[in-house]
Amino acid sequence: MNLMSYLAGAAQITGVALGAPLVIGVTRQVRTRLEGRVGGGVAQPWRDLRKQLRKQQITPHGTTAIFTAAPPVLAGTTLLIIAVAPLVATGSPLDPVADLFAVVGLLFLGTVALTLAGIDTGTSFGGMGASREITIAALVEPTILLAVFALSIPTGSSNLGAIVAHTIDNPAQAVSLPGVLAFVALVVVIVAETGRLPVDNPATHLELTMVHEAMVLEYAGPRLAMVEWASGMRLTVLLALLGNLFFPWGIAGPDPSAMDVAIGIVAIAAKVAVLAVLLAGGEVFLAKLRLFRVPELLAGSFLLALLAVTAANFFTTRA
Amino acid sequence: MTLTTDATPEAEQVIARHNGVGPAVAGLTTSAVGVAGVWIGLAGVLGAPRAVQIDWLVPLIGVALQLDPLGGFFIALTGAVAVPVGVYAIGYARREHLGVVPLSVLPLFVAAMLLVPAAASVSTFLLAWELMAAASLILVAAQHTRPAVGSAAVFYAVMTQLGFVAILLGLMVLSAAGGADRFADLSAVTPGARTAVFVLTLAGFGSKAGLLPLHAWLPRAHPEAPSPVSALMSAAMVNLGIYGIIRIDLQLLGPGPRWWGVTLLAIGAVSAVYGVLQASVATDLKRLLAYSTVENMGLIAVALGAATLLAASGAASAATVAMAAALLHLTGHAAFKCLGFLAAGSVLATTGLRDLDRLGGLARRMPATTILFGVAALGASGLPLGAGFVGEWLLVQSLIHATPHHTTALALATPLAVGAVALTTGLGVAAMVKAFGIGFLARPRSDAAAEAREAPTSMLTGMAAAATACVVLAVAPIVLATPLRRVLAVVPASAGADPSGLGTVLHLPGLAGSMAPGLLAVFLVVAVLAAVVASRWGSRRRPTPAMLPLWACGADDLTARMQYTATSFGEPLQRVFDDVLRPETDVEVTAFEESQYLVAKVAYRARISDVLQDLLYTPVVQAVTFCANGIRRAHTGSVHLYLTYGALGVLIVLLVAR
Repeated sequence: MNLMSYLAGAAQITGVALGAPLVIGVTRQVRTRLEGRVGGGVAQPWRDLRKQLRKQQITPHGTTAIFTAAPPVLAGTTLLIIAVAPLVATGSPLDPVADLFAVVGLLFLGTVALTLAGIDTGTSFGGMGASREITIAALVEPTILLAVFALSIPTGSSNLGAIVAHTIDNPAQAVSLPGVLAFVALVVVIVAETGRLPVDNPATHLELTMVHEAMVLEYAGPRLAMVEWASGMRLTVLLALLGNLFFPWGIAGPDPSAMDVAIGIVAIAAKVAVLAVLLAGGEVFLAKLRLFRVPELLAGSFLLALLAVTAANFFTTRA
Repeated sequence: MTLTTDATPEAEQVIARHNGVGPAVAGLTTSAVGVAGVWIGLAGVLGAPRAVQIDWLVPLIGVALQLDPLGGFFIALTGAVAVPVGVYAIGYARREHLGVVPLSVLPLFVAAMLLVPAAASVSTFLLAWELMAAASLILVAAQHTRPAVGSAAVFYAVMTQLGFVAILLGLMVLSAAGGADRFADLSAVTPGARTAVFVLTLAGFGSKAGLLPLHAWLPRAHPEAPSPVSALMSAAMVNLGIYGIIRIDLQLLGPGPRWWGVTLLAIGAVSAVYGVLQASVATDLKRLLAYSTVENMGLIAVALGAATLLAASGAASAATVAMAAALLHLTGHAAFKCLGFLAAGSVLATTGLRDLDRLGGLARRMPATTILFGVAALGASGLPLGAGFVGEWLLVQSLIHATPHHTTALALATPLAVGAVALTTGLGVAAMVKAFGIGFLARPRSDAAAEAREAPTSMLTGMAAAATACVVLAVAPIVLATPLRRVLAVVPASAGADPSGLGTVLHLPGLAGSMAPGLLAVFLVVAVLAAVVASRWGSRRRPTPAMLPLWACGADDLTARMQYTATSFGEPLQRVFDDVLRPETDVEVTAFEESQYLVAKVAYRARISDVLQDLLYTPVVQAVTFCANGIRRAHTGSVHLYLTYGALGVLIVLLVAR
């Protein structure tokens, strides 16, 4: 670990923080183009954020500190995940502080903060969104932890840096049976956790079908900007993590040079861009599932994760 | 007229004086007993083992006590729970007008609980256990004039005594097979006797700890008991069930064979998932907390089972981590569940409500209680910064590190156990978001909730003490490192590895993996502050902030009845887990006379009962009633008939004895 490790850490925090709205912009732009529309351009989410940040700060009557605190907590947990995750280089200074289980915990902490804010407004839609979000989150949790378990079996550790480094040393890992099963399970989980189709429609304008949007209906101006920015960062960091856990090539090592860090930044940006295009491209062909069909999807991914662990348990010999 | 006005203040003064002294004495005595317990317990954990024999106290057998690290740990834990509960009880007893009997039994109950882990012989253990059971029964029945309390007390009495019978039989077999009364003198027992003792004591201690299927007393007795008593029972008494399993099965008879581990693991996993499912659809705040106790005891049983299974499979390091997880989670659970019941009690004392569907809006009326309950709920949900996180993290780590020594049983058991633990955590989050969000946030759903008053200072002080414990356990579990090491060394399953890596950064002993809860908290605070600073961007161009009405999709006048309630919040989960929960819902639509399509009234009734209780307990109760009815026929009240029975009895005894 050297000065460059800290630099790499700073680069990945700034990169995700500034790049997240662009990732959202890419997904929207791909979708509009595939649907035959022109679209607002990749930078449109950034323009929206700037507009909202200059608006009046509005606190609705009857809300408590929970409503005020939820957006910073959501953004804070996401920033911490970005700092811990090995995106540009494996030797993050924060790597021993939190392993993959703690990262999942932080993710849920953000979800819970937003859920409580939805209830706090005291409107029917706030409660509805909160109830749905927490139901999905509760069912996602087993899959995430099992997929993490499957990933940590070959490595013998659930710390992110160790998993990524192990996959670089053993490239066959990424295409092994447990690896593929865990990958599919994680994709479903990420789709559910970031509120993408077919679990939730991020572009919906109909309150009755909303999940994530229903919780944040009462937010406006700067607070809405923070919620949207944090949601974008969550999607970005999860896509980046998915990229590096399964295709870690290009990432800088624990003791990188300036060149390694530069390559790492380019590599992770390219991976996230490709994954975002694939995600948006896939969404064009999907319709939103009925809420009570979502558990079936999640049960399917849970089964895949369970198979991944069992396969890893029986077929892995630890290096 | 003058007479009455003169008399009233005097009468009030009498009541006030009674209220002033009794609760204060009882509460402070309870806390003092608790402090003594912490002191003695720590001496037991950190010092050399000591034994005391008091022969004159009980004729023939005497009372044998000892202090060792394992017992000392539980004594200190029980004492630590009693300290905040005692302080809290002062204010609670004044508000709720608790009588003399419960107030005087409260310190006795704590003392009896402290005696159980100190017992050094089978007879002393049984004596202390029964003392504890009797004291808790008196406390549960404290407000027995309400019919619900009466039936809950009877239910609790029957279950606790049946559990005692199982423990009595188990320990008698142990004592007979081992050839001694004192634990230290027991010799090795035959495998048959060992199995019998395991099964009997697991049933007995499991019923005290609330493990399935013997959990049914928890959700009935906890809501009806006065809240300080609920806190003591849920945060201290159920722990002693776990103590019994560790002491008798895992230490004296241990380390157990592999099937003991699998049994504990399976029972624990089922208890955890079932408990949390019931909690996530419960609408009674204290019932929800009681089911959450079932859940957490289940997780601890999973950890104990994992420790046994891993130790039997040769994974010494992972077994040590699992046992550490059990003890740490036990401590964390004691802290947050104590706080949870105390906060629920202060809501109950001011509103008279436990029903979440009628609560809400308490955050503005009682901010301190709201924050304190929030701390408890965060702990119970097992999220980072909560008191339950480190224990669950260690448990999952022990399960995922089992693989290098894998046997087929282990390779199949660990993924299922991780799945169960993960589902438990996920649903636990949902249950606690419901308890905190619906109960304390949004707008009041009834007049009683709208007129809530903040709890008095003594109650807040007690709760603040428990909350401090929660926070310390969440960010600095290192304070428990030394006691934990001493306890782990005396339990056979966890004696194989040195757990000295559990410092500020938790390095797993002998395994790869680390996490630092304290640093995580620090960095999270920094990150949140960074986010706040980032949101200041552009603030100079903003108009002045304003307080405005809710947008609410353009709705004009939102009433409190339009909000989501606990029932509606839990409805999706109830529907997903329909097959397990078997809810009874009943929708009744009344139409106007003019047309059946014009709806006048819709009545919706939903009831979620404990399925297991209906399936397992009802047949047993019916069978007992049937037998009792049969015996009643021979029981007519005629003296002549009884004399005949007596004569026949003597005759039979003579024939047998000849």
